[in-house]
Amino acid sequence: MAGLTGKDAVLTEYARKLETLDAPKGRSLTQDATRRMVRNKAAVVSVGVVLFIILFAFLGPYFLPWTYDKIDWSGIRKPPNFEAGHFAGTDQNGRDMLARIMQGTQMSLIVAMVATMVSVVIGVVYGAVAGYFGGRVDAVMMRFVDIMYALPYILFVIILVVIFGRNPVLLFVGIGCLEWLTMARIVRGQTLSIKEREFVEAARASGASSWAIIFRHIVPNLSGPVVIYATLTIPEIILTESFLSYLGLGVQEPQTSLGTLISFGAPVAETLPWMLIGPAVVLVSLLLCLTYIGDGLRDALDPKDR
Amino acid sequence: MSEREPILKVRDISVDFSIPAGGLFGGRKVLRAVKNVSFDLYQGETLGIVGESGCGKSTLSRAVIRMLEPTSGQSIWMGHDIQKMSVKELVALRKDIQMIFQDPLASLNPRMTAGAIIGEPLLIHYSEIGKVERLARVIAMMEKVGLTADMINRYPHEFSGGQCQRIGIARALITNPKLIVCDEAVSALDVSIRAQVINLLMDLQKELGISLLFISHDIAVVRHIAQRVMVLYFGEVVEMGDAEQVVMDPQHDYTKKLIASVPVPDPKVEMERRELRRRLRKAAA
Repeated sequence: MAGLTGKDAVLTEYARKLETLDAPKGRSLTQDATRRMVRNKAAVVSVGVVLFIILFAFLGPYFLPWTYDKIDWSGIRKPPNFEAGHFAGTDQNGRDMLARIMQGTQMSLIVAMVATMVSVVIGVVYGAVAGYFGGRVDAVMMRFVDIMYALPYILFVIILVVIFGRNPVLLFVGIGCLEWLTMARIVRGQTLSIKEREFVEAARASGASSWAIIFRHIVPNLSGPVVIYATLTIPEIILTESFLSYLGLGVQEPQTSLGTLISFGAPVAETLPWMLIGPAVVLVSLLLCLTYIGDGLRDALDPKDR
Repeated sequence: MSEREPILKVRDISVDFSIPAGGLFGGRKVLRAVKNVSFDLYQGETLGIVGESGCGKSTLSRAVIRMLEPTSGQSIWMGHDIQKMSVKELVALRKDIQMIFQDPLASLNPRMTAGAIIGEPLLIHYSEIGKVERLARVIAMMEKVGLTADMINRYPHEFSGGQCQRIGIARALITNPKLIVCDEAVSALDVSIRAQVINLLMDLQKELGISLLFISHDIAVVRHIAQRVMVLYFGEVVEMGDAEQVVMDPQHDYTKKLIASVPVPDPKVEMERRELRRRLRKAAA
């Protein structure tokens, strides 16, 4: 290293300067986007509601007299009763509905988070690699995605469940492994346009390897569409999980999820309305808020594309 | 510039592009973008490449340093043929040959700070130096190109066009290259800033002894910065020689036309120019 530029003596002076340097932080694109996001009232309110639902689901159970699997023999199919501590009534088995809603929301949120993370990681890497290398690599990789698209995902989940048994973690990963297809397509399309930008050529001209270009230059510039699509994937996954639970492929009793609760509440909605209203309100507000957040993020990250 | 070996010898470089011939089943036809171009480049020298847009200037420069694969030809960099180098040798070569691009803002990653952008080549070629030394070098280079050290954490969109191009120059210089390819490096800048950036390039060249391959459509700019000029027309060299000589006494009609197209802020000269252009048009018809 010594003698690289022949200015090493001078360099120590700059190193000293560096120590005392007061370089103001620049305004990054992310900060810009955050500022625009904060100005969007619907999105801010939605973030608040989602945070509240998360706290409700994860901290709520500690404040309740009943747990989600405890049976109150004196209160079966009872409407809300504050003296007994059943704030949202009980189900046919005498379990506290509020505790079950909290547990179900927890489960749905975890499924959504894990599956979204799996789909983002696989989708971004796969799409960016296909898009950047292009040509035959791209053709083969994207044909594989097309084939996966053509297969009914429900079949996959059933096969997974049959092989590995009913394990919630497996379910999350399974859903994530299917949700990445759309992400990969979106990312590939974006990569195709980003790789033609001059800064990518500049990186190539400085000798950066393909992987360095993908992860240092292309992926960070994808964050807009990826974040937006990920927020819109979360509700989709919650619905998928509800659907699978409805078919009996999802979580197992006594654990529950929002989808399972609704599927039990729907048939008895006329006689035991509290069994449907509670989980339905949580699910609807969660989905609505996530959609608003997705919209807000889209506006914040792509100010041109309003 | 003595009669030494040139650092870069380019021999008969040709580049073909395959383009659709039109129609759904028209097949493809070959477009020869660069035809058998040869030139030498000596250390510390500036070779200007001029020509109208689409004449193959950028393609030529990229093919020479193998940013794209030429169809045929050799480019010999200090005794080694770039076209035959392995991937590893090519990466090492990028340390010695850097590029400056046309669009100052587009050539900088919008998600990286100025310091990260300028320091990136160091990260690639001198990964063994520590963070402190890298930053010290970045600051040293920023001051050299006329930026201040406190700009290190700012993002590209917070700089003006001229400052962005200075960042691009700093990035190109930080590995201490021997050759810089300037692809329309000043075309996107307005006139006053263009002069500043050109003078900066010339000062740095004098100080560091770098060779420049300076591509431009503007022969006036090339005349100012380059010792020798190569005029390219539809992928072929129509004239090559000493910059002053080519400008003062152009041999080829196309060169005359190029020179006549440079605006001059003097109505009298401009009238004569117009007369010349008319004569050239008549001669061509």
